[in-house]
Amino acid sequence: MATTLDKVDVVTVGVGWTGGIIAAECAKEGLKVMGLERGQERSTADYSMVHDEYRYAIRYELMQDLSKETITFRNSRNQKALPMRQLGSFLLGEGLGGAGTHWNGQTWRFLPYDFEIKSMTDAKYGANKLPPEYTLQDWGITYDELEPYFDKFEKTAGISGEDKNPFWGTRSSDYPTPAMKKTPLLSKFETATSNLGYTPFMMPSANLSEAYENPDGQQIAACQYCGFCERFGCEYGAKTSPEITVVPAARETGNYDIRFGANVVEVLKEGDRVTGVRFIDTVTFEEFIQPAEVVVLTSYVMNNAKLLMVSEIGEMYDPETGQGSLGKNYAYQILPGASGFFEDQMNVFMGAGALGMTIDDFNGDAFDHSDLDFIHGGSISMTQTGSRPIASNPLPPDTPAWGADFKKASIENYTRTLSVGSQGASIPHRDNYLTLDGTYKDIYGMPLLQLTYNFTDQDRALHKYITERTSEIMQEMGAKTVVGRSPISDYDIVPYQTTHNTGGTIMGGDPATSVVNNYLQHWDMENLFVVGAGNFAHNGGYNPTGTVGALAYRCAEGVIKYSQEGGSLV
Amino acid sequence: MAEKKNVSRRDFLKTSGIAAGALVGGGIIGGVIGANTRQDTAAPSGGEAGQSGGAETTEAVRGLQFFKNQSEFAVLQQATERIFPEDELGPGAIGLGVPFFIDHQLAGSYGENSREYMQPPFEVGETTQGYQSRLKRNELFRQGLQKMQQEAQSRFEANFVDLEGEQMDEILTAFQDDEVDMQGANAQFFFRLLRQATLNGAYADPIYGGNQNMDAWRMKGFPGHRPSYINEIESEDFVEMDPHSVGDMLT
Repeated sequence: MATTLDKVDVVTVGVGWTGGIIAAECAKEGLKVMGLERGQERSTADYSMVHDEYRYAIRYELMQDLSKETITFRNSRNQKALPMRQLGSFLLGEGLGGAGTHWNGQTWRFLPYDFEIKSMTDAKYGANKLPPEYTLQDWGITYDELEPYFDKFEKTAGISGEDKNPFWGTRSSDYPTPAMKKTPLLSKFETATSNLGYTPFMMPSANLSEAYENPDGQQIAACQYCGFCERFGCEYGAKTSPEITVVPAARETGNYDIRFGANVVEVLKEGDRVTGVRFIDTVTFEEFIQPAEVVVLTSYVMNNAKLLMVSEIGEMYDPETGQGSLGKNYAYQILPGASGFFEDQMNVFMGAGALGMTIDDFNGDAFDHSDLDFIHGGSISMTQTGSRPIASNPLPPDTPAWGADFKKASIENYTRTLSVGSQGASIPHRDNYLTLDGTYKDIYGMPLLQLTYNFTDQDRALHKYITERTSEIMQEMGAKTVVGRSPISDYDIVPYQTTHNTGGTIMGGDPATSVVNNYLQHWDMENLFVVGAGNFAHNGGYNPTGTVGALAYRCAEGVIKYSQEGGSLV
Repeated sequence: MAEKKNVSRRDFLKTSGIAAGALVGGGIIGGVIGANTRQDTAAPSGGEAGQSGGAETTEAVRGLQFFKNQSEFAVLQQATERIFPEDELGPGAIGLGVPFFIDHQLAGSYGENSREYMQPPFEVGETTQGYQSRLKRNELFRQGLQKMQQEAQSRFEANFVDLEGEQMDEILTAFQDDEVDMQGANAQFFFRLLRQATLNGAYADPIYGGNQNMDAWRMKGFPGHRPSYINEIESEDFVEMDPHSVGDMLT
């Protein structure tokens, strides 16, 4: 028998960037907020041993314990989905801060084109630019409408950058802190891309160039370029994360509590409203009910979708008919790129997660697609994130993968290899979607989420085209050998690619084709909000967190407005 | 390789912009001050900061935590050495302690797959669906090493450890090419696991028992745990530094 707790104004499921932002904004307005986090408390003090590649990057210290819960996966509907038994392709987080703890800090605003991609593509190239199985749609919000929320997130996070990109949307203010140091390696990229007629600029970074106090009064330290960002927490408090910004800001109001080890398994509903959530204490396995006026799903893409599905809220997407929206438009990220082997040793082991330079000349619709068989593109960057010796064993073509020649070549090239890579856009397809698995369960007895996903012709064309551009850049940078990434075939869940999963709980202007409106309020349940990269109607040509942060601020405004006025916000 | 620069605590505090007050009770003070204190005491002569703690532990007693049968461990030693051999650059897997690293890992959560989804039903899937075996890594390793010994007997009528290097390579290649039958898993998967475990042991921090004396890091030019590169990040030249273990962070 579940124990019912005292009712709160707002409950969030998960406490990462989105849960923390909702909490801080609502608690500042006087709402009583409870954050339910399945993982544990952690802070900068817990990251003093992070310079340990094996523990954190190879053995996934900060990541989800898959023995408790995972997903199942298949490439297509005619295969049987099987569990993702080990982490690989993407790294699900766990604990306070969520993926906002182990991220790199590359912080972008999606392009104006992204939010109106369907309308703009149709207007410029006609309605048949892509075949109908590509389920492209607008987001129900424009860049200009979202701009104030981007601005707010960047100020909370203290993002370091420079407004020198001619292709991105108009900014209401400059970056809160100056760009990071332009290292000699980045200068190589800058010179090469300039020579080729492109416009390089410093990547916007949440590894801060200088110490910063954000508008909530929270302190973020200056990055030390130690080279341990992605998959690690920052021992300096210099990589902006929820646990050093929005979480303490929320706690300081006195209106916020977090309950750790609280794994939510169901959103409770009555008629057309939700009443709270049911969770299981991960230590005792006791069941609790947390009643709330407003429920906000702020976990990762996967669990936000799963919670709606197991709670039977919304209409499940059916790939046969195209009807339903829950689970629709799962997208990923396409990763073209090229490696270059150089003569001289370089300081590749120094760096920071978002230390990089970028060009957007091949992102969005910055280039003409009339004669191309794909839409969109991707940002092209060279980053200096800190190469580490277990994972980084660069081998020129025709080098064996083990033995004497392997050892020599991998040691020789570790400090002599650079790569230029792209965050390629991922366009949704009818057959790529999320649903519930019929066989496998988590330790709480709930079905696992099932992912059906494969790369498409659009993805392969984009990958090939952008890989050619990155190879040209690497050539211009003076590499003695340039190796473009192999063409993509079937999506493989084993090798790490990127933790930029999107979709499944998409936003939009029409309840028939989206799960939430542009305040991230559920179309069917007005006191339920769902926020995160799951709202993306497609994945753009950048890392997602900047756009996730903006959506969270938009959502927080919606929750506050709803708490005052009630009703649908659109 | 002389160190070009030491990052003093004062420089670090200055550049990180952390107010002194913010340090009290925070995670940084213990780590940073501790690390520097330790370095200072390790180098009382007033020379450059001392060698990291990893070097002090190289004389530690070695033993097996997982393997019971020394002949299996001997196969592991030779197989990892073929994957990462000693050469003019420096030690190979055996010299770096890689077999001990793997033994210790197999005895713990790595070997037990304790943070991985191991619920049935187990079915053979597509390659793109990843590991679907019911075998734990430590079971897979034992079986794989026993199969290597069997292959040595059937191909060369000798123990694996007595083979010539080229003969060992022939057997390893047969595993790599998935030409050896295994039960409940495939040989190619085992080979990849063995190769990755070898690299893990070579290049992981020495606190795990491999990368002895941090020699693999020295070969590769990786300085290990360094609190900061803020003074070197803009250097036009390659910066050579003695490596440090994360064990230095312990106070």
